[in-house]
Amino acid sequence: LKNARSSGKLRLQKWYTATAERDKKKMVRELMQIVLARKPKMCSFLEWRDLKIVYKRYASLYFCCAIEEQDNELITLEVIHRFVELLDKYFGSVCELDIIFNFEKAYFILDEFLMGGEIQDTSKKSVLKAIEQADLLQEEDESPRSVLEEMGLA
Amino acid sequence: MPAVSKGDGMRGLAVFISDIRNCKSKEAEVKRINKELANIRSKFKGDKALDGYSKKKYVCKLLFIFLLGHDIDFGHMEAVNLLSSNKYTEKQIGYLFISVLVNSNSDLIRLINNAIKNDLASRNPAFMNLALHCIANVGSREMAEAFAAEVPRILVAGDSMDGVKQSAALCLLRLNRTSPDLVPMGEWTARVVHLLNDQHLGVVTAATSLIITLAQKSPDDFKTSASLAVTRLSRIVTSASIDLQDYTYYFVAAPWLSVKLLRLLQCYPPPEDTALRSRLTECLETILNKAQEPPKSKKVQHSNARNAVLLEAIALIIHHDSEPTLLVRACNQLGQFLQHRETNLRYLALESMCSLASSEFSHEAVKTHMETVIGALKTERDVSVRQRAVDLLYAMCDRSNARQIVAEMLGYLETADYSIREEIVLKVAILAEKYAVDYSWYVDTILNLIRIAGDYVSEEVWYRVIQIVINRDDVQGYAAKTVFEALQAPACHESLVKVGGYILGEFGNLIAGDPRSSPLVQFNLLHSKFHLCSVPTRALLLSAYIKFINLFPEVKATIQDVLRSDSQLRNADVELQQRAVEYLRLSCIASADILATVLEEMPPFPERESSILAKLKKKKGSGKLPENVNGSAELHAEEPAAANKASPPPPTEVLALNPTPPAAAHSLLVDVFSDLSAPTAVAEDHLSRFICKNNGVLYESQLLQVGLKSEFRQNLGRIYVFYGNKTASSFLSFSSWVSSSDVLKTQLNVHAKAVEPVIEGGAQVQQVLNIECVTDFSDVPVLNVQFRPQQEVQKIFKAQHPMETDAAKAKLLGFGVALLEGVDPNPANFVGAGIIHSKSAQVGCLLRLEPNTHAQMYRLTLRTSRDSVSQRLCQLLSEQF
Repeated sequence: LKNARSSGKLRLQKWYTATAERDKKKMVRELMQIVLARKPKMCSFLEWRDLKIVYKRYASLYFCCAIEEQDNELITLEVIHRFVELLDKYFGSVCELDIIFNFEKAYFILDEFLMGGEIQDTSKKSVLKAIEQADLLQEEDESPRSVLEEMGLA
Repeated sequence: MPAVSKGDGMRGLAVFISDIRNCKSKEAEVKRINKELANIRSKFKGDKALDGYSKKKYVCKLLFIFLLGHDIDFGHMEAVNLLSSNKYTEKQIGYLFISVLVNSNSDLIRLINNAIKNDLASRNPAFMNLALHCIANVGSREMAEAFAAEVPRILVAGDSMDGVKQSAALCLLRLNRTSPDLVPMGEWTARVVHLLNDQHLGVVTAATSLIITLAQKSPDDFKTSASLAVTRLSRIVTSASIDLQDYTYYFVAAPWLSVKLLRLLQCYPPPEDTALRSRLTECLETILNKAQEPPKSKKVQHSNARNAVLLEAIALIIHHDSEPTLLVRACNQLGQFLQHRETNLRYLALESMCSLASSEFSHEAVKTHMETVIGALKTERDVSVRQRAVDLLYAMCDRSNARQIVAEMLGYLETADYSIREEIVLKVAILAEKYAVDYSWYVDTILNLIRIAGDYVSEEVWYRVIQIVINRDDVQGYAAKTVFEALQAPACHESLVKVGGYILGEFGNLIAGDPRSSPLVQFNLLHSKFHLCSVPTRALLLSAYIKFINLFPEVKATIQDVLRSDSQLRNADVELQQRAVEYLRLSCIASADILATVLEEMPPFPERESSILAKLKKKKGSGKLPENVNGSAELHAEEPAAANKASPPPPTEVLALNPTPPAAAHSLLVDVFSDLSAPTAVAEDHLSRFICKNNGVLYESQLLQVGLKSEFRQNLGRIYVFYGNKTASSFLSFSSWVSSSDVLKTQLNVHAKAVEPVIEGGAQVQQVLNIECVTDFSDVPVLNVQFRPQQEVQKIFKAQHPMETDAAKAKLLGFGVALLEGVDPNPANFVGAGIIHSKSAQVGCLLRLEPNTHAQMYRLTLRTSRDSVSQRLCQLLSEQF
């Protein structure tokens, strides 16, 4: 599972294992308390239940991944970084508001990058190409729409 | 309005989101959301058919509301409709909604599956990707059933686009994780392995993830992947010339793929083919070498990626555990990391070194870093790093450094975080025992543990110290002296009082010669703690007092006075009262000889795995459970013969048949005194009987008789075990089987034939054990017997009177049973016991009445030692409530 969040508010969450909604909420709350209480100099890994938590803070946003015992922590840290790079590239210097207002886009990027909890493609270009292609399709779809809308407004 | 960026046509959504953000209070937010929900609901219900765009917008709003943490109970149908739109973004939002919000048992799953099927067949890569993502995100069983055959086909199809292949690989991985039984293996496995050779590194990365999971489950089917992985890895790692373009991450060549390939190789032993093996060794050496080169970038991403690969390579080296040079190099590398300024690296180095410490090749090399690790324990500011340091110290500990490490851990314990104290206590206790050269050091260490962190010292720890003191007579005098001194402290932990009580009770005589610790002084010291202790400790102290009476006749009168006092003889606690009464009588009527026999020193405990170790393993979740769980029956039977010991029956008969000295047969000693008056003599009888005899009764209780008949020829033996049901009713779920310790399994082969699960009343069944003695042995196999006597009657009936607790209680008491509080975990239930006396026999009765006020029903269960009595009582009582 993977969650990204800012101080005390969950902005984006993705679960790669089947979990009941109530348990999810409980786990999120618990994790938030632990992670937010940690000080900047502390290490980015911690053991939690039978999982390992890897987290990193970018400005007001915390990104957390829960991984299994034998998974590689450092590479997970870089998974987070690569995801942030992708968001950054796509939104052009990403900030929390981008993720709030375009939450669906953030989900699409995450989906393109990770699938079922595993990396789908590590190349920034490939992932962004996929997203941009989708945007292009979207714009094609929507160009007549905006004209119509303007007419409706006028 | 802030940040509405690229390609976003949904103005309504943005307005809504910013409205929500402007809400000053939680109430305002809820109000705004309810307004919006009403709006959307009316739009969806309205007569006018909505166009795709509006549907998408509303569905997206619903999704946003859901993500804020509110419940959404409609809109699913509209989302499913979006799936069949041929506009990409509408489809995309539809799929997003489905994967976030639809749970697997939804009725809509058929419709969704249908839409996915269409998209998979569409040959449009973008649509196929969305469909595959949806399958992977939902990952339900229904989806696995529908697509488990289709996804592998897409994965290996020659004409699939790279992106689709990647999605298909990971989708298959997800299906394999959720429903492995549904994913057929077979014809496509070879082609999946060959994806490791694919041109496109993205495809290789995704395929490697899939192959790792598959290879873990069926290593043989994917054996060929190992050689391909080595080849691929060596191309990435050793050839500097290839430009991996976008797959180079901060000057590190394809770190993710490298890590995955190294992970894959950890599913297999080192390659047998020498060429392949040397190629792999070369790779690993290169990775280790690169760590010594100056970094190509100052960015943390560069070093993280490089070290991620390095640590995974070290994990592989440890996994292979066959190349001493590599192991030692790995250890040195980690040693450097121990002093690194990055906290993350120090943490990982400590963690990784833990596994290195257990390899015989690198154990010594790890030990050279002990001072650094001890330093880390003292100076690290992060508790999770300190925890790793404790783990590593534990792993590197051996006879040569145990004293220092234990001392450091004890020192750390004084300031350690509460969260890890218990674990440290267990570790210290285990190390102290395992590496104790002289046991006085061991005793000191454990007493220190109790002093420093008494609250974290679990029962097992003090049980263990007593076991050891009893088994080693060289330490008994020292132990008595030390606990006596420790008890002088004005405030000492209750665990110390327990240890002190037990040890002085057994070995107080060894220090009684010194006037400073004369019997009376010892007794007064113990008794000064008595009133501050809990009931179990007091019970233990009473037992120590009766032992004193035997050891020191001169304090008999004093102790009898104490036992006679009202606070003992009339104590509200049944156990304490009983002990006081019995001990007092015992001291009055028994002659010195009898007293000496009854209160003899405890016999040594059988050697066995430390109960603390079992606890630590259990805490770590990896170990086996302590034996004797849930009172399932257990009986140790030695090859020609054995002894036994029974604990009282109720639900399942519990037997423990024990080999050599017939001491306490519990695997975790519970109250060590409870064996004082146990029928060990009888058990001993049964044991010795079989040493010189081949036939006879092995065990007998009110319910069951176990007889043995055995014949031996050279190294082969056959034992017929007869189980006789002594009651008039049947035993149900009867089973008996033999289990041996791992060591014993190699020394003795025991094969038991299965027995019928039912033994009729008065009947006897026979079980044949075939035994082969491979080599001499001293351990004994365990014969486990388990059954349920059929004397229980149950009835469920409707309440005929108002269901009031007090009324029911009064009726039960009036019926003549004693009610037992705190026995049933559910406080609403009534549990009672009683005895029916008749001239010929006494019939014990247990009853449980479970009210269900909701359904206005009762469930009544009765169990007595006679079937007919159970029936009758149940019938009588069920008409009363």
